[in-house]
Amino acid sequence: MQNSSLVTLANHSREKIEYLIRMAHEFEKNPNRRLLDGKVVATLFFEPSTRTRLSFETAANRLGARVIGFADPKVTSGTKGETLKDTIMMVSNYADVIVMRHYLEGAAQYASEVAPVPIVNAGDGANQHPSQTMLDLYTINQTQGKLDGLNIYMVGDLKYGRTVHSLLMAMRHFSPTFHFIAPDELAMPDIYKRYCEEHGIRYVEHQDFNADTISDADILYMTRVQKERFVDLDEYERVKDRYLLKCNMLKKARPNMKILHPLPRVNEIEYLIDETPYAYYFQQARNGLYARQALICDVLGITLDDIQKKL
Amino acid sequence: MTHDKLLVAAIENGTVIDHIPSDRLFDVVNLLHLEKMKTAVTVGFNLKSADMGHKSIIKVADKFFSDEELNQLSIVAPNVTLCIIRDYEIVEKRTVVMPELLVDTVKCSNPKCITNNEPMQTRFRAIGSNGDILRCCYCNRDIPRSEVRIK
Repeated sequence: MQNSSLVTLANHSREKIEYLIRMAHEFEKNPNRRLLDGKVVATLFFEPSTRTRLSFETAANRLGARVIGFADPKVTSGTKGETLKDTIMMVSNYADVIVMRHYLEGAAQYASEVAPVPIVNAGDGANQHPSQTMLDLYTINQTQGKLDGLNIYMVGDLKYGRTVHSLLMAMRHFSPTFHFIAPDELAMPDIYKRYCEEHGIRYVEHQDFNADTISDADILYMTRVQKERFVDLDEYERVKDRYLLKCNMLKKARPNMKILHPLPRVNEIEYLIDETPYAYYFQQARNGLYARQALICDVLGITLDDIQKKL
Repeated sequence: MTHDKLLVAAIENGTVIDHIPSDRLFDVVNLLHLEKMKTAVTVGFNLKSADMGHKSIIKVADKFFSDEELNQLSIVAPNVTLCIIRDYEIVEKRTVVMPELLVDTVKCSNPKCITNNEPMQTRFRAIGSNGDILRCCYCNRDIPRSEVRIK
């Protein structure tokens, strides 16, 4: 079963990504399809993540599955010294699929090698978070009507931001032009710029963040600049407001431009922007439900055809 | 006969591993588990070398390693020379080739990698044009070959 697990989207073909988007689209039309009647989905959160857990559990519930699991690692035997393998083997006796969030990098890959049931990676440390990437791709496609040839602007913490790295890699099939807007301390790492060069992806780096720099954007992907990432706190104070998106910066924006954010937002998007047609982060979060329904079905071998038949 | 050959006695049968960078000698010992060897092992450390300045050499009597065992040496000493000795004669001379997949030989440098927190084997893939970068199959950390630590 290990090959059906979802550890990363990095190796998915264009066709596979488009197929998953079509699956998610069916769930957008109707999320209540009892495709998992009689099945048990385990959600093992070795690291708390309320937003991701609720989204996965809602996905499982709307598919008709029962959900077991834990939201707080303090209640598990991991604190007594149990290995990840033992926990996974034990839960595999009860569940048909395991959704796992773990604080260690590579945990999902390892779990997929030892588990007799499919694993869905709900984030493993700073490594991969494929369901977030899937919902980002779905949202971009939903708002632009396509994935090909878009101008995608990434703003804020591009150094530690796992979501921007995963999105960058998953977009390689679709000839995007990336614009990276970040302070020096949080600039896009060289490894990802090299990745762009190796895959023929155009990118431009900016220091300024104003109405002119973002006037060509189709997607403005905002991230949080986190204080704890800075060694020099004076530097944080100096740059923190430079990457704040304000209403007046949208006056030259393209009509199709949409602002995305993986949430939670702290202060990087002015609240007035919520009322503009450009704001799309809450719809983006809702798409997480459809994307996760598609991913859970896919690892269990449920096809697009099966979904379409189950109205 | 050259001076360093006098320092490290000839063997009748076995394997000679020559041109080991001296700072990697103990990595080679560990990779081949020479500490568990029952036959004679002769080690020459910091010998003068025309090509390398200083080198080390190991002679293992009555032991013929598998290709898999020897190719692991490419992680720490890609330019070693291997001589297979039978009846005091070199019957085969070869170099090592970097394996595509390294199983449980290299330690991941990422403390948050699952391999450093579970009783499990490590796996690395050699990438880059010369295989001079090793990528952890679990956390995807890239480690330049010069910074590799043996598990």
